Amino acid sequence: MAKLFTRTESLYDLPTHYCPGCGHGIAHRLIAEVVDELDIREKTIGIAPVGCAVVDYDYWNFDCSEAAHGRALAVATGIKRVRPDNIVFTYQGDGDLAAIGTNETIHAANRGENLSVVFINNAVYGMTGGQMAPTTLLGQKTSTSIEGRKKEKHGFPLKISEMLALLPGVCYIERVSFYSPAEVLKAKRAIKLAFENQINNLGFSLVEILSPCPTYWGLNPKEALDWIRDIMQKEFPLGRIK
Amino acid sequence: MKKEKVLISGNEAIAQGAIDAGCNFYAGYPITPQNEIIAYMSKHMAVSGGVSIQAESELAAINMVYGASAAGARSMTSSSSPGISLKQEGISYIAGAQLPAVIVNIMRGGPGLGNIAPSQADYFQATRGGGHGDYRLIVLAPASVQEAYGLTRLSFDLADKYRIPVMILGDGILGQMMEPVELASKIKTIPQKSWALSGCRGRKPNIVKSFFLREGALEEFNKTLQKNHEIISKNEIRFEGINLSGAKVALVAYGTMARIAKNAVVKLRSNGKKVGLIRLISLWPFPKSAFNSKDKKLKYLTIEMSAGQMVEDVRLAVNGRNPVEFLGRSGGGVPTEEEIINKVKKLL
Repeated sequence: MAKLFTRTESLYDLPTHYCPGCGHGIAHRLIAEVVDELDIREKTIGIAPVGCAVVDYDYWNFDCSEAAHGRALAVATGIKRVRPDNIVFTYQGDGDLAAIGTNETIHAANRGENLSVVFINNAVYGMTGGQMAPTTLLGQKTSTSIEGRKKEKHGFPLKISEMLALLPGVCYIERVSFYSPAEVLKAKRAIKLAFENQINNLGFSLVEILSPCPTYWGLNPKEALDWIRDIMQKEFPLGRIK
Repeated sequence: MKKEKVLISGNEAIAQGAIDAGCNFYAGYPITPQNEIIAYMSKHMAVSGGVSIQAESELAAINMVYGASAAGARSMTSSSSPGISLKQEGISYIAGAQLPAVIVNIMRGGPGLGNIAPSQADYFQATRGGGHGDYRLIVLAPASVQEAYGLTRLSFDLADKYRIPVMILGDGILGQMMEPVELASKIKTIPQKSWALSGCRGRKPNIVKSFFLREGALEEFNKTLQKNHEIISKNEIRFEGINLSGAKVALVAYGTMARIAKNAVVKLRSNGKKVGLIRLISLWPFPKSAFNSKDKKLKYLTIEMSAGQMVEDVRLAVNGRNPVEFLGRSGGGVPTEEEIINKVKKLL
């Protein structure tokens, strides 16, 4: 009898530490499935972020390193330049990639480092308790924008993916979403392409995922998915950016 | 056969020492007075088969070094005082993840942007760890271009042996001055590291981390760091005693300052003055054993290009047994031979 599905080797069989309705677990699984499907588990090196997903290496069955907040792409650059035959990716949130690490992000992209980036945009700082992120929407309430983000006071949601698309060193950028199973499958295809690009030495690839954070959006898990579809995607339209 | 010597600057000697030690990854950011290192690495690493990156910032450079070391490379970054302040975040992470790395600080005047004159005012920062958390670096202070070459080579071995960051602490004079240097041959292979990230083929995944959330886990881990520090403190003390027998005054200095102090000692001795010099080479671990003289009348005179930093460690080592005097200049000032001689004459 043909086996249709087996346990994903790159993902340990563990209970999750994430909140109900969080997108990190989905993203972890998609990466693990892509690594298995491309048969690169034994040469993959992942860089963990600082934030809720700092212990992503507890879930993944391949080599990983932590990086200081915002420095993942500098760390990844060091690893990839020393070991060009390994597959190196970073997993970063919006604060990590688009606030404290903006410089490292832009310059790694501009050097065309042959790396893959999975960028989790949930429009909020999760681990520290729901503060305003660079990608927080106008009007969105957080613990540091209690009346909602105001453009006069806080500036605008930062569209880092569109900014990066301007750089010649960047090979591929796509924004995807977790609001429905069909979109999750599209997200997996995008992650796979980002890894394949690296295998084919095509340069810097980034997949931005609009990912739910029900806890700090003050919504239940179903409402959080609806909010991505109805509100967040208006500010951050889905699709291939480059 | 007499070995051939080359005439190079301290900065170039550090860069060549790194290459000859098998350094295969360098990242840096321009800052005076150490720019010859990044230029030298940029030119020569390509030839030696290594990687040299001009990073977008000091932060990026030290974190690239973190990544390269995590991947098993022999890696180095270099900078000068303001840039070293920026690197402290990464140095703390390197120490926390028990990664080997070499960091060069060619010190200039501070605080703030300061100036580009030579200085030794980063002693506290270097010898106390510099960043957040309970950790130390091995700190080595060369006093000649030849020694800059040799200690840089040594620093890669120490970094790998103890899995700890090692700092070469020089100053603008040492970095810029040229002297003849005898080079040794390049090492053939760098050590394999079973803990490094290389892909998990045939083994369990390796994780490079400094995060210990479980209650008590960080305390337990930090005890292993402290144990390592204790072993290093026993094994890696380095200093040189010059003309100390019968001395009534022992000068204490390191780096360029020790060169000037040595000249003062030679002049004073030629005039029959009983003066010697303790030249410190390892600043951490601090050579406490250099200060165990039984002569209660011996006076120590610590000389620094700072407002007085190392003198605190000298006082701790002497522990009240002998008087400890200080002569120093700050903000790029360098105590002269004459100033030292005058101070010594007052003490004799």
